[in-house]
Amino acid sequence: MSDYKNELIESLVNDDYKYGFETRIEADRIKPGLNEKSIREISNKKMEPAFMLEFRLKSYKKWLQMQEPDWALVNYEKTKYQDLVYYSSPKSKKKLKSLDEVDPEIRKTFEKLGISLNEQKRLTNVAVDAVFDSVSIATTFKSDLAKAGVIFCPISEAVIQYPSLVKKYLGKVVPSGDNFFAALNSAVFSDGSFCYIPKNTVCPLELSTYFRINDKESGQFERTLNIAEEKSRVSYLEGCTAPQFSETQLHAAVVELLAFKNAEIKYSTVQNWYSGDEQGKGGVYNFVTKRGICSGENAKISWTQVETGSSVTWKYPSCVLVGKNTTGEFYSVALTNNYQQADTGTKMIHIGNYTKSKVISKGISAGSSKNTYRGLIKINPKANGSKNYTQCDSLLLGKKSKASTIPYLQSSNPSSKVEHEASTSQIGEDQLFYFLQRGINVENAISLILSGFCQEIFTKLPMEFAIEADKLLSLKLEGSIG
Amino acid sequence: MLRIKNLHSKIDGIEILKGLNLEINPGEIHAIMGPNGSGKSTLAKTIAGHPAYQITDGSIHYGEKLLNVLDPDERSHLGIFLAFQYPLEIPGVTNEDFIRFAYNAKMKFEGKEEVDPINFLKLLLEKMQLVGMNQKFLARNVNEGFSGGEKKKNEILQMALLNSSLGILDETDSGLDIDALKVISIALNKIFNQDKSFLLITHYNRILEYIKPDFVHVMVNGKIVKTGGADLALDLEKKGYEEVI
Repeated sequence: MSDYKNELIESLVNDDYKYGFETRIEADRIKPGLNEKSIREISNKKMEPAFMLEFRLKSYKKWLQMQEPDWALVNYEKTKYQDLVYYSSPKSKKKLKSLDEVDPEIRKTFEKLGISLNEQKRLTNVAVDAVFDSVSIATTFKSDLAKAGVIFCPISEAVIQYPSLVKKYLGKVVPSGDNFFAALNSAVFSDGSFCYIPKNTVCPLELSTYFRINDKESGQFERTLNIAEEKSRVSYLEGCTAPQFSETQLHAAVVELLAFKNAEIKYSTVQNWYSGDEQGKGGVYNFVTKRGICSGENAKISWTQVETGSSVTWKYPSCVLVGKNTTGEFYSVALTNNYQQADTGTKMIHIGNYTKSKVISKGISAGSSKNTYRGLIKINPKANGSKNYTQCDSLLLGKKSKASTIPYLQSSNPSSKVEHEASTSQIGEDQLFYFLQRGINVENAISLILSGFCQEIFTKLPMEFAIEADKLLSLKLEGSIG
Repeated sequence: MLRIKNLHSKIDGIEILKGLNLEINPGEIHAIMGPNGSGKSTLAKTIAGHPAYQITDGSIHYGEKLLNVLDPDERSHLGIFLAFQYPLEIPGVTNEDFIRFAYNAKMKFEGKEEVDPINFLKLLLEKMQLVGMNQKFLARNVNEGFSGGEKKKNEILQMALLNSSLGILDETDSGLDIDALKVISIALNKIFNQDKSFLLITHYNRILEYIKPDFVHVMVNGKIVKTGGADLALDLEKKGYEEVI
């Protein structure tokens, strides 16, 4: 490749991470290290009921016996788990009575990120739960939601206020011993969002959680539990950013979704954790377990993710289709650049009759990055008449990046139908020259290519975020070009 | 209009153009013929500014501007259009969007107002008639699933819309059936006027029967070795390069 081209691609992909600032704030942290004592301390600090401590300790014991998975196509320096801080919370003098009492520094942080904690300046139809390091800072529109019977609060609050609900459902979708990172999360999870939609209710607002890692040495372990009772409907969006540190940070989250008969959950993620610098130094390890169960008939769970950040991503949002005629969907855009590595995809487990799943994955790799789609479609023997359609498209920008597609297909039912399509295209020097020869500059060329490539996924995002996601992708590749 | 002096150009360290001179004035049609590997496509790409081709000596002027130092998109805005020998496929971008972006980039360069998609479509459909292209090719990705002939028509369509003053046609006639060649030739003749010029790179006299060249150049080993009128092409076809030069 000519120097000219290398320069072009480099100037495009050297983005400025505009969320990389750090907020200086006094934090209440426990000592680094993971042991029974630190877990008791976390539970104690959160004033949790006994069942939670039990859940954590049991998970910890399982974790001790597990190995960090190494089958993903990613290379990284393993986290030193005993050096991490497992609880860090902004020091607040007193219990907050209203959103106005949020620490001005933290409020400013969220304003800078474009998230207003001020209900007057709300995003159209979006209720926000803001999580800063391990702790939920504020949840907007709680009272509006309560009128509809919807519970939307930090999970730490739910543990105390709705212990029976939490006890009943926590760990039911992702058991604490599911995998290494899920076990770790179950032992030490700090906060996250809890959302409960009662029977026959359409959630009146778009629910959103905004996660922010701030503390340098602390890991972020948030836990989200989302329950949609019969014939209810909810749309949920999470966003993530972190400051720019030269050391890596660990983020190991668990998300559990449960959709009962005729219920529908739409879960969207725009992930933009700090991805490390151009040399691959620093960045967030994003090791996340996300799963949903469609337990009752006709239930539907839809995952949409736009993954642009993190130095290493290990993430497979999945659907377990238990009820008859249930639907699972996975729509994904994963963009990697510089030395980022992503191994992401989904699992669709067909158990009930006439279950349907659809997987559309778009991977974009630039720089020296690695981007892998890994997906499992499993049709159980009794899942008569089930259907899956999978489409995986990879786009390579330049010649140094890599894309892989690893589909696993296990069909044990002859009346079911599984389809898989895959494509790989490369945008190289000649294609860029074609655009330029027609007078279209590089910035516009790249944004045209990306919008076209990702359009199918962006239309699945809640409207308020679709434009943002489009901009984010362009920003990641266009650097200074706004 | 186009003035090339002592042009040397290399790719991957290998010199392909070795001191080429050429002058093309408005209202003129030039044809370049020559054996395979003589540097015809290199000339086309060097004029258009393909980044893989490096000018090591000499100059290309277009009007007052020295092209050597300009980016390919700037050269495009000045009126240089290269109809590719092998038009590229662009995944994920519809032909309609691509052409509109190109058109509006030019509008912007000229300080004119950009055209919205609805009004642009009208303009586009009009020009498509000129090259006899079916509307279904608008919704497809650029050149994806196009036949060889459709790809070439698509190039001429873009040239017509951009109203470029210098059209460099790199073997536009190769791989065309007789009907398509005729349609494209008629379109090219309609596009042509006294303010424009064409540089046709070809192996065959066939296209020159439809589009009458004012000059025919023979290129061998990176240089123009012989220049004549339209008759030279006929002569070449009858006798072959070796005998003529």
